[in-house]
Amino acid sequence: MNYPRILIATFIMALVTYLIRAIPLLLFRKKIKNIYVQSFLYYVPYAVLGAMTFPDILQSTGTLAAGVAGFLVALVLAWKNKGLLTVALSATAVAFVTERLLYYLG
Amino acid sequence: MLLTTYTKTQLKEGLALGMPIALGYISVSFAFGMMAAGGNLPIWSAVLISMTNLTSAGQLAGTQLLIAGAPYIEIAMTTFVINIRYFLMSLSLSQKLRADTGILKRMGMAIGITDEIFAVASGRKEVTPAFMAGLIALPYLGWALGTLVGATASYLLPQALRDALGIAIYGMFLAIIVPPCRKSWSCLAVVLTAVVCSCLFHYMPLLCQVPAGWRIIICAVAAAGMGAIVFPIHPPDEKTEGEAAP
Repeated sequence: MNYPRILIATFIMALVTYLIRAIPLLLFRKKIKNIYVQSFLYYVPYAVLGAMTFPDILQSTGTLAAGVAGFLVALVLAWKNKGLLTVALSATAVAFVTERLLYYLG
Repeated sequence: MLLTTYTKTQLKEGLALGMPIALGYISVSFAFGMMAAGGNLPIWSAVLISMTNLTSAGQLAGTQLLIAGAPYIEIAMTTFVINIRYFLMSLSLSQKLRADTGILKRMGMAIGITDEIFAVASGRKEVTPAFMAGLIALPYLGWALGTLVGATASYLLPQALRDALGIAIYGMFLAIIVPPCRKSWSCLAVVLTAVVCSCLFHYMPLLCQVPAGWRIIICAVAAAGMGAIVFPIHPPDEKTEGEAAP
């Protein structure tokens, strides 16, 4: 492997990522008063996480069936207000078992 | 240096909330470490990438391009597009900081703005540098540690378990966004809008060729914009505003 290339690429990735994160924190010192902008920022996390989760979650494991099974379990547990780790590990376990079952049955 | 009681409390609260994130990160960065090692990157460089980037999708794509021999400009553009959502997150968090928070503290916490850390921090009425330091510390260590272990012991886990772990991070996301959706119709509407938009970009011809980074930005702006216009929030009291955010 070409060490300078690794270091340069790592630096580029780190710099781009850091500037994206730092600029808004450094630039916006006053509270935004506009109600629509406030509401927009309030909704951003839900929107970002929603767009990132679905439908990607269905293809996040080896097979579609395992992804669907894990998704449904995660949805039900999240609906019941279970914690982050409980939901994540339960989805993983169900996806794993589903995948294994399909493997042995198929 | 002596810390005030308030600072200590904030730090501890952050550390406690960071623990589950750290555990989740270990498994994800483990997978990243294995991927990097599989592409013949030395272990130290995989760990260096994790410690300087602290992003999942962004550094994964960047590293794949690095391994594939892509030009630097493409690595920069891809990183930019996938990570531009952090701009919205940082902007949102900047509103929860006291106006007199110093430049160095702002620069420090910028290192750790990730999807999960943002999700936890945005559930707070106000965010302090001490809280952010605590919240970021363990996930940062977990991210580096998972990368190290994954790159070192590429064959520790059977393939089937590695596949199944791919869903863990999305399970966390669901645990964050679903509970508020039960309580608030406007939240549910925003999430469903984002999901429908995301599905369109996945399954429609032409649209499905849009890179993932842009898809997330477009859908997030569309859904949050819809929410702001149709369901603007009128905070009667500054203190209760943002209570239900993830």
